[in-house]
Amino acid sequence: MNQNSTFSGADLELIDVRKEFPGFTALEDMDLKIPAGQFFALLGPSGCGKTTTLRLIAGLDEPTKGKILLGGKDITNTKPHERPINTVFQSYALFPHMSVLENVAFGLRQRKVADPLAKAADALKLVQLEHLSARRPQQLSGGQQQRVALARALVNRPSLLLLDEPLGALDLKLRREMQIELKAIQVEVGLTFLHVTHDQEEAMDMADTVAVMNKGRIEQMGAPEALYDRPKTAFVAKFLGQSNLFIGNVEDENANTISINVAGNKISVPKARAEKHKGKIAIGVRPEKAFFHEEEPKLGAGYNLIGPGEIIDIRFTGVSNQYLIDIPKIGEITVFAQNIGKSPVTQVGQKVWVSWKVEHSFGLSDLPEKTTGA
Amino acid sequence: MKAFDFKKLILPFYAVIAFVFLLLPIAYTVAFSFNDSTKSNAQWQGFTLNNWLQVCVRQGVCEAVGSSILIGVISTLIATVLGTMIAIALVRYKFKAREAVSLGLFLPMATPEVVMGSGLAAEFFNLGIGQGYLTIIIAHVMFCLSFVVVTVKARVQTLDPALEEAGRDLYANPRRVFMKITLPLLMPGIAAAALLSFALSFDDFIITYFNGGQTVTTFPIFIYAAATRGVPAEANVIGSAVFFLAIAIVLFVQIRSSLRNTRLAKLK
Repeated sequence: MNQNSTFSGADLELIDVRKEFPGFTALEDMDLKIPAGQFFALLGPSGCGKTTTLRLIAGLDEPTKGKILLGGKDITNTKPHERPINTVFQSYALFPHMSVLENVAFGLRQRKVADPLAKAADALKLVQLEHLSARRPQQLSGGQQQRVALARALVNRPSLLLLDEPLGALDLKLRREMQIELKAIQVEVGLTFLHVTHDQEEAMDMADTVAVMNKGRIEQMGAPEALYDRPKTAFVAKFLGQSNLFIGNVEDENANTISINVAGNKISVPKARAEKHKGKIAIGVRPEKAFFHEEEPKLGAGYNLIGPGEIIDIRFTGVSNQYLIDIPKIGEITVFAQNIGKSPVTQVGQKVWVSWKVEHSFGLSDLPEKTTGA
Repeated sequence: MKAFDFKKLILPFYAVIAFVFLLLPIAYTVAFSFNDSTKSNAQWQGFTLNNWLQVCVRQGVCEAVGSSILIGVISTLIATVLGTMIAIALVRYKFKAREAVSLGLFLPMATPEVVMGSGLAAEFFNLGIGQGYLTIIIAHVMFCLSFVVVTVKARVQTLDPALEEAGRDLYANPRRVFMKITLPLLMPGIAAAALLSFALSFDDFIITYFNGGQTVTTFPIFIYAAATRGVPAEANVIGSAVFFLAIAIVLFVQIRSSLRNTRLAKLK
């Protein structure tokens, strides 16, 4: 574990991979490239095909078509035990009939690595569980089992580590702790991590690159900040954080921006931040980038302003308040305001206008199924 | 003083009666294994240890037990290996006739032994296979197999497939996964199936009688033959010994697992 130099992740490439099960297609012609040493997250709701992707990469299922390359080598037709890939399973899948130490040593023994028990003990040290090595897995808590599963995979120094919702069974506090720990271990060992999760905070917090999956396809891929700042589809805008979306026909255009008309309100987006420039489009803004005003403000061209509307709900979440504002003919809009001063700053029933900077708008390539709201 | 509550006594009374009903024949068998009888073992003649000490003196008793053990061990081995493989296949592999195979395996358990025994005897006769150890073992494997499949199948169904996948993921080839993960985890079920299978084989009279009982004398057949002249006390000795052996096995397993649990509890 302490010989960082011998550790090196390999890059993973999926070329046109498709997986069909009787009756449905779990994965539609997926292309994916994960550079060596990256922490990559596959994010999506359950049933989107992310676990299928993982199983194909591990070799536990075979793709219907397509190729899987690891470090440039075609591994599509190799068996799971022939692939330098290890998995941390969702259920951990620790062997109940072996001690913790034997669990961790299992992979080393299969490959006939010298001194498996000493290396397994080192791996347990990395996850701070060396004092529990004699126990059976069933005697450990969920968090401890999770770490044993991680040590059991890491000790083999795989080129690629797959994590299948590894934190899903843990409570919130432990999950946050493990996120930090997992990220620290990834940085320390320098492996390529492929993390599958439905928790968007977890994905954004840990990953270098996030791919958002929906219905067997990757909707959008990029750095967490970029994805959050400029979602390209309605699904991404809603799944990754919250969004207020407005739909209208493009009625105005100048050199840098396009504008739509929504019930008499003009909403603009910079051209560079819009996927479509013509016809009926959806423009969105994140709730924390929007502000409300109790009196109609005088704002320049750099701002979008809609209203007046009425505050219909205020939810206190500690660091911020979430204000739900109903604007006639537009719908409900969510605005987050930090609780820096007095909280809440206003009352339910208050008449307000909502504004945000045009440069914070984003234009989507498709239309949401529902018209507005977060 | 409270009135005597008769209702409260009904359940304990019923329990005692039920146990007496269940255990009296066993107690009787054990007691009469110490009976100082010469010919008939039906009347109490006095206490002796001779039956236990000289159990093999009487012609045929120990030979019969030996045959039964030999047949039991061989049929159990074959039935357990085949049954375990069938059970795994039935749970883990999806094939067309899976339902039909499950049903087919259940049929021998539902068929009356007399019918199975005579049918098999006719089959052996038509095939020209002479009755003997071979036919008895084939017959025993046939009826033990269903019980092994049912017992092991229950265990396979509780086995998380992710464990075997983890094994494959951790560089174990299919054979190693089976030996190191699948088999050890199925072991309790396989052991239970083997014990059941041995008990069924050791005990069987009807099917054995039809398929080799004339040439090979197993323990039940010996007793049956001897019963016409009164069951000898040595039969009670063997019966009691088997009973105590079974109790000993159960106790051993129970004590071992409770010891392990206390040891594990201490670690926690």
